[in-house]
Amino acid sequence: MTNALHSGSAEYVTVTVGSQLFGLPIARVQDVFVLNQITRVPLAPDDIAGVINLRGRIVTVIDLARRLGITGSSSRAHLAVGLEIDKESYGLVIDAVGEVLKLGADTAEAAPANLDERLRHVAAGVHRLDDRLLVVLDVDRLIDLKPMEIAA
Amino acid sequence: MDELLRDFLTETHESLDNVDSELVRFEQEPNNTEILANIFRLVHTIKGTCGFLNLPRLEALTHAAESLMSRFRDGMPVSHDAVSLILATLDRIKNILDGLEKHQGEPAGTDDDLIAQLDAMAQAGNRSQVSGTLTYQVLERPLKPGEATLDELERAFRDTPGPEPVSHKPDDRKSSERSDAKVASQSIRVNVETLEHLMTMVSELVLTRNQLMELARRQAETEFKVPLQRLSHVTAELQEGVMKTRMQPIGNAWQKLPRLVRDLSVELGKQIELEMLGADTELDRQVLDLMKDPLTHMVRNSADHGIETPVERRAAGKPERGTIRLTARHEGGHIVIEVSDDGRGLDRSKIAAKVLKSGLATEAEVAKMSESQLQRFIFARGMSTAESVTNVSGRGVGMDVVQNNIDQIGGTIEVKSVPGQGTVFTIKIPLTLAIVSALIVEAAGERFALPQVAVMELVRVRAHGEHRVERIKDTPVLRLRNKLLPLIFLRKYLRLGEAAEQETENGFVVVTQVGAECFGIIVDRVFHTEEIVVKPLASKLRHIHAFSGNTILGDGSVIMILDPNGIAAAFGSVRNGAITLETVADSEKNFAERNKTALLIFRAGSNAPRAVPVSLVTRLEEIDVGSIETTGGRHVVQYRGHLMPLICPGENVRIRESGSQPLLVFSDGERSMALVVDQIVDIVEEEFEIDPSDGRPGVLGSAIVKGEATDILDVGHYLPLAYTGWFGSSTSQKSKRHLLLVDDSAFFRNMLVPVLRAAGYTVTTAASGHEAFGMIRSGRNFDVIVTDLQMPGMDGLALARALRAENASAQIPLIALSAMTTPDMIERVRRAGFHDFVAKFDRQGLIAAIKEQTDTVTSQAA
Repeated sequence: MTNALHSGSAEYVTVTVGSQLFGLPIARVQDVFVLNQITRVPLAPDDIAGVINLRGRIVTVIDLARRLGITGSSSRAHLAVGLEIDKESYGLVIDAVGEVLKLGADTAEAAPANLDERLRHVAAGVHRLDDRLLVVLDVDRLIDLKPMEIAA
Repeated sequence: MDELLRDFLTETHESLDNVDSELVRFEQEPNNTEILANIFRLVHTIKGTCGFLNLPRLEALTHAAESLMSRFRDGMPVSHDAVSLILATLDRIKNILDGLEKHQGEPAGTDDDLIAQLDAMAQAGNRSQVSGTLTYQVLERPLKPGEATLDELERAFRDTPGPEPVSHKPDDRKSSERSDAKVASQSIRVNVETLEHLMTMVSELVLTRNQLMELARRQAETEFKVPLQRLSHVTAELQEGVMKTRMQPIGNAWQKLPRLVRDLSVELGKQIELEMLGADTELDRQVLDLMKDPLTHMVRNSADHGIETPVERRAAGKPERGTIRLTARHEGGHIVIEVSDDGRGLDRSKIAAKVLKSGLATEAEVAKMSESQLQRFIFARGMSTAESVTNVSGRGVGMDVVQNNIDQIGGTIEVKSVPGQGTVFTIKIPLTLAIVSALIVEAAGERFALPQVAVMELVRVRAHGEHRVERIKDTPVLRLRNKLLPLIFLRKYLRLGEAAEQETENGFVVVTQVGAECFGIIVDRVFHTEEIVVKPLASKLRHIHAFSGNTILGDGSVIMILDPNGIAAAFGSVRNGAITLETVADSEKNFAERNKTALLIFRAGSNAPRAVPVSLVTRLEEIDVGSIETTGGRHVVQYRGHLMPLICPGENVRIRESGSQPLLVFSDGERSMALVVDQIVDIVEEEFEIDPSDGRPGVLGSAIVKGEATDILDVGHYLPLAYTGWFGSSTSQKSKRHLLLVDDSAFFRNMLVPVLRAAGYTVTTAASGHEAFGMIRSGRNFDVIVTDLQMPGMDGLALARALRAENASAQIPLIALSAMTTPDMIERVRRAGFHDFVAKFDRQGLIAAIKEQTDTVTSQAA
């Protein structure tokens, strides 16, 4: 993924959380779905929004804004991006989904060093778009992150 | 890997497992040609395929083994050594196969050693075969009419056309292959993954069906009803069918055991017979896999620790051959597996020693444990009662691993052992893990599934109903058939809802059992039971012990499945068995033996915390102030059919004007009294440094509890305030007797002295055996001596012996105090010269014993 960022171009599904634009590698995105009837999981880490039934599969939903420490996300977020990691289904709660962008190495840059620690850990890089910046998310890191590390 | 090679490997592995058990049988029944034919066929097949696949090592080895086995077929007697040699050869073959699997080629090495032995044995067989025995058979009397001579009979047999002789020569191969082919055409090999996938799909189908049924239920009349019924039936049948494909006979997990037991008996020099009953009992493949290791381990344990050597067995009047019995049977939705042996049983003293050594319990705790309580410790981590680490067991894998594996699949294990007669382990496991029956419960508006297996019963609780939640400070308990059941609020445990409303008095207690432990889970509502398809938790949630999985209900919502094991762990120390009302008394006995003291902290009269040993308190109560009556200037309340006096400990303590009044209830036989307190604060169990009292009445001493100076209440001071005759007969009637109390615990001395004084004795104390002995020697006179048994330096027993040896003190009545009241201990105490033995904290018992002893002396003197 990181390689694709610097050599040639890659396609990203763009999503917004709060006011921030993120890009997810298109190959990793399974679907975008509406969240309803979400079941809370007691004792789970803060950033676990709950679990839902998505066409017979149980999807663990992660509150992306919480995970990344983004404020200003609409509290009534009801959209999620579906991902599959190690045969397990996860969903990332987002505010809105945008278009698919094909981005080349020319606009890519490494994540700036002064980025919020939580964000920098999962950022595969940044693209300079005309009007705003797009942070490319490393999906594996995002899901793999242990709850304790965020707390730190 | 080469397809051909893989098939070869799968097939040979299976056949090898078969042959292992066959060979053991063969050793016992050397004349069973069927077994021989089976073994021979297998070795032969391997040999044939090896040549084809170019595996020279295997080929040479199987060739040599085949030669030896064909000698057996030709009638060579089957010796023990020969079977051992063939087993060794099979092990070698397995090794080579393992190498093949890993490296796709035969591992380097030579088998000349084995081949030479095999050849030598085959040769020896050739020679020995020549020396057969011929019995000369003659009838030593003339033939009676109608009888035929032996020769005639023989001829008749020979001339009668019989079945074609079964040939074991090369053409036999064809016939055996033919029968193989027949079996093969009836069954096919299916990849496990395919089956798993099928299972998942069926699970989905079940869920969808449930959802449809739910929808249909909501509509009164719909044309879908009939086809839905049909769909439902078909789905159920399909589910059953697919489940069946996952079922395997438990015998598959037992296959290796005969060989194991055989090897063990040789190694340990024991005679062991393995009986297996119900090998065809089927259970889920997944469960079976998880059960294999525990069963192997337990059989190994039985052989190693359970069964005695032939000499020991003979001495014990048992047959030399020990028996290990494995049984499996269906029982409801469960499989019950028993592993039993007729060996020596579990050794109580060894377990006790080990428990003490690993610090799992104190000596006093062990002494009061029942046989079964103690036996359960074999499942604790780090327990192995084998004295020496043998080659067989004691590999660091203990019964705790067995229990873990069984816990994992929601099963239970129990042990019953009778010394000298044997041990029985009973394992109860669910048939399948994939679909379980669960009780749907609700707490704080959220639903959860609780596996039905763990649910014993449901009890409805109401604030003022027949069953209600009671509290010992913060700990909720339920009185259920004379037992106190520890409770946990599901809301609170899962941190649901507002903290303030986490404990509601109305709801249901789900009485749950995990292993031998019982506890209650308080939920708000209970719905129905439902067959749920267990889906594993996402790895991000797997660390939450409260849940074992999740599932989709008929209405499409996802719910979490509670894990009773995880919840049981939340009880912590309560785990070693439900608290019974009796153990409250037991813990009293214990209390002074341990350095840790449990203090009940409360406030009464001021803000300063005060404390009383928990073990002295019978109950905590809250009564309605309206029910308090005043008679003769004293406050009383009707309590359990009696009037119970209320005592205010201190001048500033006032009974509340309205609402409910917290009380500490002290009972002694039928009588009860209660101390009025403002607030119960906490229960703290720690080692306290207790400073003796500065003489204030009603205060034993003080200690620093949680950083605050806390007065410890002298209960003995208040009891007589409630009833003047609290401590037996009134004191003035008899002349004051002089009593010596010996105890190393200052706290205990301080607590007992007022009680004894109140009973009318002049009390002198000594803090050690030496001090007491010194007093006697210096000529001081006592009417009775009460001593603790466990003391550093000169203990109670030593003191008794020393006193008996002295002329001056030989006649003084001696009373022992101890927490340990085992028959063994009582005997030792009696032999040391004590007149009586009283359990610590048995105040009444002590007073009675002292009275009896001093009265005896009086009457003797009179």
